[in-house]
Amino acid sequence: MDLRIAHLYPDLMSIYGDRGNVIALEQRARWRGIAVETRAYTAGDAFDADWPDLWFFGGGQDQGQDVVGADLQGPNGGAVRRSIAGGAAALTICGGYQLFGHEYVPESAPAIPGLGVIDVTTRAGKTRFVGNLVADAEGGTLVGFENHSGYTYLGAKAKPLARVRIGHGNNGEDGTEGAIQGHLIGCYVHGSLLPKNSWLADLLTTWALERRHGHLALTPLDDAVETRARDAAIEVAKARP
Amino acid sequence: MRTTLAVLAARLTRALLVAGGRGATALPGVVGLAIDPALVTRLSRSLRRGVACVTGTNGKTTTTRMLSDIVRAAGWTPVHNRSGSNLERGLAAALVSARGDVGLFELDEASVPRVLARVAPRVLVVTNLFRDQLDRYFEIDALQKRIGSAIAALPSGTTLVLNADDPLVAHLGDSHSGKMFFFGVDDPRVGGTTAQAISDATRCPRCRSPLRYTRVVLAHIGDWRCPSCGFARPARDIAASEVALGPDGSTLRVSAITEPVLVPLPGLYNAYNALAALAGARALDIPLADAAAALASFKPAFGRLERVPAEGRTLRLVLVKNPAGFNAAIGALTETGRHPRLLAALSDLDADGRDVSWIWDADFETLAQATTHAVVTGLRARDLALRFKYAGLELTRLEVVESWRGALERAIALTPVGEELAVIATYTAMLALRRALAQAGHVAPFWED
Ligand SMILES: [Zn+2]
Repeated sequence: MDLRIAHLYPDLMSIYGDRGNVIALEQRARWRGIAVETRAYTAGDAFDADWPDLWFFGGGQDQGQDVVGADLQGPNGGAVRRSIAGGAAALTICGGYQLFGHEYVPESAPAIPGLGVIDVTTRAGKTRFVGNLVADAEGGTLVGFENHSGYTYLGAKAKPLARVRIGHGNNGEDGTEGAIQGHLIGCYVHGSLLPKNSWLADLLTTWALERRHGHLALTPLDDAVETRARDAAIEVAKARP
Repeated sequence: MRTTLAVLAARLTRALLVAGGRGATALPGVVGLAIDPALVTRLSRSLRRGVACVTGTNGKTTTTRMLSDIVRAAGWTPVHNRSGSNLERGLAAALVSARGDVGLFELDEASVPRVLARVAPRVLVVTNLFRDQLDRYFEIDALQKRIGSAIAALPSGTTLVLNADDPLVAHLGDSHSGKMFFFGVDDPRVGGTTAQAISDATRCPRCRSPLRYTRVVLAHIGDWRCPSCGFARPARDIAASEVALGPDGSTLRVSAITEPVLVPLPGLYNAYNALAALAGARALDIPLADAAAALASFKPAFGRLERVPAEGRTLRLVLVKNPAGFNAAIGALTETGRHPRLLAALSDLDADGRDVSWIWDADFETLAQATTHAVVTGLRARDLALRFKYAGLELTRLEVVESWRGALERAIALTPVGEELAVIATYTAMLALRRALAQAGHVAPFWED
């Protein structure tokens, strides 16, 4: 069995330790005896829509986001849409999450269109949300660090990934964090999201494998180190939100 | 009059702090600035040989200290914000506390625009620009632009000293009309051909096209050029044509210096710091041979690979704060084929960076392969343990010890007598470990704010 991960624009959209999410998916697959291959898909490449089981799309700096936004308006955006329609899963963080939505509306510039595969819209906010975040999701507790000035609002087709306990989440108003729509996830927790929230890593892996291998129950792993890190991070978030 | 009063008040504050047994750092500056907000401008103008500022993400403390040794050897008396209080109040504190003829100011990147607006330095050295503590500074592109605008406002009499191998730093030269000196490493054996995962600037800072590298030294540092607009690594005024790395330091062949240059600190990144200091010396019109001679007896600063003896072992203290610094530090610990025993400490207070996600960008995979054993501690010890696990370090070679003293004792016990223990820690974690070392009688207390 094998797992194929497409890392979207790793040269332009990978800040705040986003690489940790790919490392978590890769290692957890290897520990289960699943072969894994990660390929970089970046601006100027011709995307192969049939290859990926899972797209990973991290956060970026404003300048990188311009190049990426433009590239996604071309044939590469079409390839990602086809791939998702064909059953590929996706994890998108911060800027990646915004670009998977309908559009990003800056304060005083024309809206930047997104792929529109997750039913969310983002506009520039006045206050930047920076700090530890704890939220309750259906599959478990979500803990990590958020750092964003985009405020994201969910449409009818997207469900909140989690309810914020500590922190700001999507927009600081409605208590939601992230979005889940089919096998796509958007989230503002960057960096070590998947290593500490191993339940989410496994959910994404199950979805990704489903495309070519059908629904499988994953072999359980010893997650003692992960659980301790998650519990400790929750305590930190309570003490230093 | 106001300046005189400010200086007197600040000196009095300092005297009281010292008499009370406290280290004097920034507080006298706070007092002085409250009385005369233009204190830094006025006092720095009165320095006969002018001011040299050093900034950049990594290496500024070591480079400034090297430059300090160099100007002292030349018979000058530097006013230096040595204790790491590198904001304006730190500068004010340094200026009121000492009499000298040249200012040597270490500036953190975020405070560069504000300080340059107050001090027009004779020389500005920029070591490198990496991703750093993003929760404080946000984005490297925005930071680079802010520094560029501050440089554009400098008089043409300022000499810029820039790292030619860092495209973001070299691009700062576009904003300047005056003299510039570039430094870099020309040894073709240094560095590989693939860009590293933590690369911040794989795109051209002028036109945003992907850069081409014939050699990558560290992150986006290397031999680069833009195939689209032709922007390329500038010609080096101070270049190391040969770099020989050793466990306790390196030897460089530098253009324009006949004798080999000895850098008594391990690690390629310290070779870069030495080149930055030499180029800074040249910009201050100090003969290069004299500058190189002064470097040979350099002693490292707090946590910059300084060595501390403890119970028959040698502790090598390495301060880390971002992926590039971490990768450079582990390079220094492993590049000569060693298998370090580690005490690693991660915290998330303001001075460490509150967001610990950066550890996932750092090359723990290389470190884990070389590591004999790691004891992990700090306020975010559990995150660090998780990072080591995913980097492939077997759990039998990894231990978490929550208390500072306990972690230190355990790591020392696991290191055979006569061998080295590498202590890698973020800022406040290093201070806490140092306090634990001082309590155990191994090092003198060290004051920093
Ligand atoms: Zn270019």
